[in-house]
Amino acid sequence: MSTVVHRGLAAARHVLPNGGIVISKEARTVPAVTFQVSVRAGSIYDANELLGLSHLASRVLDRGTARRGSEEIAEALDERGVSLSVSANRHVLTVSCTCLSEDFEAMLDLVGEIVMEPSFPEEEIDTRRGEVLNAIRQDEDSPAATAVQTLFAMLYPNAHPYGRSAKGRVDTVGRITRGDLSAFHRARFVPSTLMVVIVGDVDRERATRSAERVFGPWQAPGSDEIVLPHPPAERRREERVIPMMNKAQADIAYGFTTIARDDPSYYALTLMNNALGQYGIGGRLGDSIRERQGMAYYVFSSFDANVVEGPLLIRAGVNPANVERTIASIDEEVRRMAAEGLSETELADCKEYLIGSIPRLLETNAAIAIFLQTAEFFGLGLDHDMRLPALLEAVTLEDVKRAALRTLDTTRASVVVAGPYQPGGQ
Amino acid sequence: MTRVLENGLKVVVEEVHTAPLASVWCWYKVGSKDEVTGCTGVSHWVEHMNFKGTTNIPKEQIKGIIEKFGGSWNGYTWIDQTTYMETASTAGLDRMLFIEAERMANCLYDPEDCESERTVIISELQGGENDPDTLLEQEVVAAAFKVHPYRHPTIGWLSDLQTMTRDDLYQYYRRHYVPNNATVVVVGDVDADDVFRRVEKQFGGIPAGPAPRRVHVEEPEQLGERRIEVARDGTTAYLKLAYHAPGVNDADFFPMLVLDAVLTGAKGINLWSSFRTSPPQRSARLYRALVETRLASSMGGGLLPTEHPFLYLLSATAMEGVRLADVEAAASAALDLVARDGITERELAKAQNQLRARLVFENDSVTNLGHQLGYFMTVATVELYRDAPRRIAAVTADAVNAVARKYLRADRRTVGWFTPESGVSA
Repeated sequence: MSTVVHRGLAAARHVLPNGGIVISKEARTVPAVTFQVSVRAGSIYDANELLGLSHLASRVLDRGTARRGSEEIAEALDERGVSLSVSANRHVLTVSCTCLSEDFEAMLDLVGEIVMEPSFPEEEIDTRRGEVLNAIRQDEDSPAATAVQTLFAMLYPNAHPYGRSAKGRVDTVGRITRGDLSAFHRARFVPSTLMVVIVGDVDRERATRSAERVFGPWQAPGSDEIVLPHPPAERRREERVIPMMNKAQADIAYGFTTIARDDPSYYALTLMNNALGQYGIGGRLGDSIRERQGMAYYVFSSFDANVVEGPLLIRAGVNPANVERTIASIDEEVRRMAAEGLSETELADCKEYLIGSIPRLLETNAAIAIFLQTAEFFGLGLDHDMRLPALLEAVTLEDVKRAALRTLDTTRASVVVAGPYQPGGQ
Repeated sequence: MTRVLENGLKVVVEEVHTAPLASVWCWYKVGSKDEVTGCTGVSHWVEHMNFKGTTNIPKEQIKGIIEKFGGSWNGYTWIDQTTYMETASTAGLDRMLFIEAERMANCLYDPEDCESERTVIISELQGGENDPDTLLEQEVVAAAFKVHPYRHPTIGWLSDLQTMTRDDLYQYYRRHYVPNNATVVVVGDVDADDVFRRVEKQFGGIPAGPAPRRVHVEEPEQLGERRIEVARDGTTAYLKLAYHAPGVNDADFFPMLVLDAVLTGAKGINLWSSFRTSPPQRSARLYRALVETRLASSMGGGLLPTEHPFLYLLSATAMEGVRLADVEAAASAALDLVARDGITERELAKAQNQLRARLVFENDSVTNLGHQLGYFMTVATVELYRDAPRRIAAVTADAVNAVARKYLRADRRTVGWFTPESGVSA
């Protein structure tokens, strides 16, 4: 079954007999191809006692297959100057590859082996485990990483999969065995959740045929999908301070849980977030905290609706003497947004910006691949790039106000400060 | 295509008709190497002030000025250059050129804005210091040069940021922001002749200024190894090795770039985009010597195109429990070996393939291409940029071996250790 959309990105979508999905898009800007192969094997599937399993799998996956050793893979990549990376987010593990067009077939073959037949060599597991443990220790010394991780744990308590650290903890990563990685692969790497997105200097039909050749014969049963709980709806304001007195600057992370991606108010909240913490230099928050008060080099908000209610984060890095004033300013902007929503001009400006940005954001092969992958994951349709302007355009002032009121409430905010700061005095 | 206006402004235009976008970059040949003692950080602070309003673009009208065209904007300052960019729909071309002409001639430097930005920049500096790796790099660079102004960080030293005045900033701006010290680059879905006319209209009336003073300082030959150890609270140990490196206009630059690819994997030569995707490094010599041996969790090398001889900087993050002395010994052994025995023909071919691919990947958007044209016009020539693929292909193993012997000398390097006081000891 194939679907072809002929305007906008004009990507083609093809469903393999084993359920895998292939999306391809020709783009001739440079003689290169970016492709992404993903399966539903993100960190939400980690058992609590094996936290970091998906992340460690992403580090070891490309270090040996049934047919090639680590060394041989390294040579295959390096002799062609290929950029290969494996990353896992909450839901999905993705192998991303950028190569010259001439290397496309060879690299798709290699990535096919990596995804379908990884061998997880013991030696590689130990080396990569050491790297992950080191990265966990580096995060412990980073105020920004500490603040964000602590905030996620507060927003998603009770070991909710969105609240846990994807890298895992020293104890859980330490106990992961080769058997755990193999079992994870058997359970979660299956053609029924496979998505192959190919963008670049390769003929659309050829891209689809190649993907079918590599992934078409793949058969694997896999395990059942898990159902994520909702984060708690009832909340009280909670503030935590993590003193890191060896640091120069304090990082503030402030946030709420919001909505799922399929919530009808998604576009209203996107526009609200743009005005609150992105438009220009950090939206209203940037106007107040950076431009008017000169307190922070960085301050912004980000909004990440997901399969279940995703977070809205506000972040800033400030001198410890300005922590209270910054949190008060964030509170003020949040309160004002919840009470008043946007002005007519602000809404029009944000719409114009987000709609006008689409061609720029879809310029490079890598950006198009991520857009298509996201659209497929959330079931937004192959023509999402063309429908997006109208979806944003349709949002009214009332929609934004309702969405803001529902999401933003300073009495329910979670707030973390990590850095050279202790409450009640310097 | 390149032209020079009567006032000395260089204009580079490249038509790229793949998306309805235009990228405008305005480059000034002024960076932190042009700063004198007591005023370090002034180039970067001036860059910040040049986003704060002009005679014909009042401050309150800045927000949205590019966003109206779906555009993004940015700027950065480094050791040789300061640059500003906008990428937006082609309908915004005149607006982008107008902004850059205003920035060149009519910035306001309101005293209150200067004060408010002082604390923003100090926040930027302190945010950087939160990262031990950044802190160590700053110390190593400062130790590697005793005369050349490349020694001080682009952000500046804290005491200078605390004491510089509005007049220091404004005078520096007036001295360096003249058309005869600048290059305007336009890349995108445009007609070159039309762009030249528009640039002439916007910039033609800005009078040339006295030629800014150039730095002619030569760093004297280093007479012995320099070592620096930063011991602070932390979790992780870091190593840096800094070797004096050829500038981009030196015949040694491209052989050195190939040498770096052999040692740490090819990054490319685009400061704006090359470092976003992981380099092919698994078969690189230092990766094998440090990461595959579990001495380090990561390593990297950096050789950037600079006007004067800067540094070839190697970095490694020590694995927990590993002594920095052992990481350093392994790195030194690998570097001594390449200086003594040279590289193989196979390594040469691999490095050249990598660089060929990276030069394709790093120019995949009008923004990235615009950056390269302006960057090379500022620190070298556009011709050198266009000739880079040929020069890389022409590098011989003998040439690489010669630069390895010439530059990788233990008696002319600076070694930096970051030792976490609560963790590993050396």
